[in-house]
Amino acid sequence: MSDNNSIYSKPVTFSVIALVAILVGSIVTAFYPLARDEMHPKLDTLKQYTALELAGRDIYQREGCSVCHTQTVRPLKTDVLRYGDYSKAGENAYERPFLWGSRRVGPDLARIGGKYSDEWHNQHFLDPRKFAAKSNMPVYPWLENVNLNPTTVESHMKALNFSYTMDEIVALSDKTELEALTAYMQFIGTSVDKFSLVVFSEDDYAEYNNIVKGKPEAAVRGKSVYLSECSGCHGKRGEGDLAMPLAEYGEDMDEMTAFMTIANGLDGFMPGFINTMTKDQIAGIVEYLRVMSAGAGSGTVQ
Amino acid sequence: MSETAYNNRTVEGFLISSLVWGVVGIVLGLLVSMQLWEAAFNFGQYFTYGRLRTVHVNVLAYGLGLGAIFGLFYYMLVKLTKRELVFPKLARAHLWLFNIGIAVATLSLFAGLTQSLEYAEFEWPVDIVVVIIWVIFCVNIFATIIKRKENQMYVSLWFMIATAIAVAILYLVNNMSIPATLTKSYHIFTGLNSANVEWWYGHNAVGFLFTTPILAMFYYFLPVSTKMPIYSHRLSMVAFWSLIFTYLWTGAHHLVYTPLPDWLQTVAIIFSLMLIAPSWGTVVNGYFTMESDWSKLQSNYLTKFFLAAVTFYGLQTIQGPSQAIRVISSLIHYTDWVPGHVHMGTMGWVTLTACAGMYYVFPKIYATTVYSVKMANAHFWLVFIGQIMFSLTMWIAGIQQGAMLKMTNTDGTLAYTFMETLAGIYPYWQLRTVAGVVYAAGMIIFIINIVMTIVKGRNILASQTAKA
Repeated sequence: MSDNNSIYSKPVTFSVIALVAILVGSIVTAFYPLARDEMHPKLDTLKQYTALELAGRDIYQREGCSVCHTQTVRPLKTDVLRYGDYSKAGENAYERPFLWGSRRVGPDLARIGGKYSDEWHNQHFLDPRKFAAKSNMPVYPWLENVNLNPTTVESHMKALNFSYTMDEIVALSDKTELEALTAYMQFIGTSVDKFSLVVFSEDDYAEYNNIVKGKPEAAVRGKSVYLSECSGCHGKRGEGDLAMPLAEYGEDMDEMTAFMTIANGLDGFMPGFINTMTKDQIAGIVEYLRVMSAGAGSGTVQ
Repeated sequence: MSETAYNNRTVEGFLISSLVWGVVGIVLGLLVSMQLWEAAFNFGQYFTYGRLRTVHVNVLAYGLGLGAIFGLFYYMLVKLTKRELVFPKLARAHLWLFNIGIAVATLSLFAGLTQSLEYAEFEWPVDIVVVIIWVIFCVNIFATIIKRKENQMYVSLWFMIATAIAVAILYLVNNMSIPATLTKSYHIFTGLNSANVEWWYGHNAVGFLFTTPILAMFYYFLPVSTKMPIYSHRLSMVAFWSLIFTYLWTGAHHLVYTPLPDWLQTVAIIFSLMLIAPSWGTVVNGYFTMESDWSKLQSNYLTKFFLAAVTFYGLQTIQGPSQAIRVISSLIHYTDWVPGHVHMGTMGWVTLTACAGMYYVFPKIYATTVYSVKMANAHFWLVFIGQIMFSLTMWIAGIQQGAMLKMTNTDGTLAYTFMETLAGIYPYWQLRTVAGVVYAAGMIIFIINIVMTIVKGRNILASQTAKA
């Protein structure tokens, strides 16, 4: 370092070289991709946000939902099993900013749209532990008490250059923040078809029904799964709540229909459990429901 | 007041501000750690996890971290250029603006005003204040370096220059947005580019706020406080240039297995692995520097701060590149492993080095010695143990949850519901809160020690003035 003419004694030259060193990687990996077509794809099925949905997305940002929830399903077997089809590049054409997140304290939400009913979301925001006793999600009661401000939402729609009608904007003043957030939930992932990695046939039911039917231990296993996964909507004793009562379901539905419904869900009302329960567990729930129904909900299963 | 005394007051102002913000951030950190295992610790609209976690990160990164960086940089700058700051009053204005800026920014995050971009949450009016703060800082740094009275620029000045330049570029580009109202804006980049630019920024904000400025401190305070010269100047040159070149390529390792084009992910992964070399250049340099006299570990209480800090840095820079690899990412990404990793860097490397710097600077300012070496030792062991407990619990929690989420039954269905994997890590989260308390106890001892050193120094000054 005795060399007095090195760049280490010329701050301006030094800074210019440092700037170049910093810029090379930045240009290749961050700036150059801006100009590439592959970075601007758009699915034909992708819709713009409505004013209500955008208002919901703004609330999602404000409350820091993306701190705990990701919105990107990786092309990995268990990610696809758990959440649905992996995320496509073309789903993101209207995402400013992207809300993919970096931590799953709660489950991924990229395929949440249409998985549950609006009423489920409304109630879940107010009391998450009604549906999952051990959930650590905060409650959001204030969302129910505040109505949207149409002028603000309109300025947001304008900034993003989204099309809207004045009727749509005016109607916002009757909507609560809770309704907006739920509308956003139902929008997410709707440009991609529902997808299930595990496929299930009625023959599978027949096989499991033979193993499980009439076995008390199957009903006990079914009860414990029922209490953690089903009771939030159907009631602890199958008395019904958000969803239909099950205590006497046998009158309206046969066992095979019950089995297939639990497996595949009902679009917009009930999620399917085919990926997160074993066939044995589903058959156990059906058996539990059969026993409960026979005992008219008096809790004959221990 | 002499010019030196005036500048020292500015340095002291920054360091004290940094500690005050540090207390706020650590207390909030303890609260958010409890909210994870007990939802009842969420209080009303402004104290929910979603908002508080962001406040915690920003207050510590920009309040504690940046405050310490500004203070210690101004101190080192004067020493290394052998002259006073060219604009001392501007530095003082910088101090005020910094505190006002952090206060406004913190309140805005409590109010839920966020761009939802990690480490770049501040909305556009706050961004403008940040840019003004950074310009003031750059003007003083570059002017003082250009008008320096020492011909050669020491390593720490290189890292300062790189920090000033890189942060300016990163911050300006990633915060470009379309303002809709005074309190709301939308990222100018859409979708894939929004993600790619954000993580180019996000990873390098870590690189140029938590790596290069801390390296500047490490290269200065290690030799001056322990009187051991840096082992190899050539090694520090190689490490410097390769570090600042390689860092900028790695951002997309945060986006492995997302819809981002594969080539961007792969380039980021390769450069992440290459980043081990420049990082370990400094680690090796640090170890060999201390190797010249291990007895200093006993005779000089600050040596162990540097040894532990550079060890955490070494582990951090092995762990980070490993996490970038696809197969490891597929297990630990989105789990608590990653916060465990980040906290080893911030609680281990950054805070230990900055604390060592402060232990050196405060007594120097008052021409005295530290109030209590015993307290400094207690501080060291508490934060050391607290940090190891903290990261270990996070790593175990991350691997356990990652593995449970990946487990399947023989019929190909998932073995665990999401809820089961979550409930499985509550005990680790409770342990992590305990680790946080241990760490916080260490930091409280540190702050008391610093305050007592200042009191001691001011008493000496007062008695000298009285005699005169």
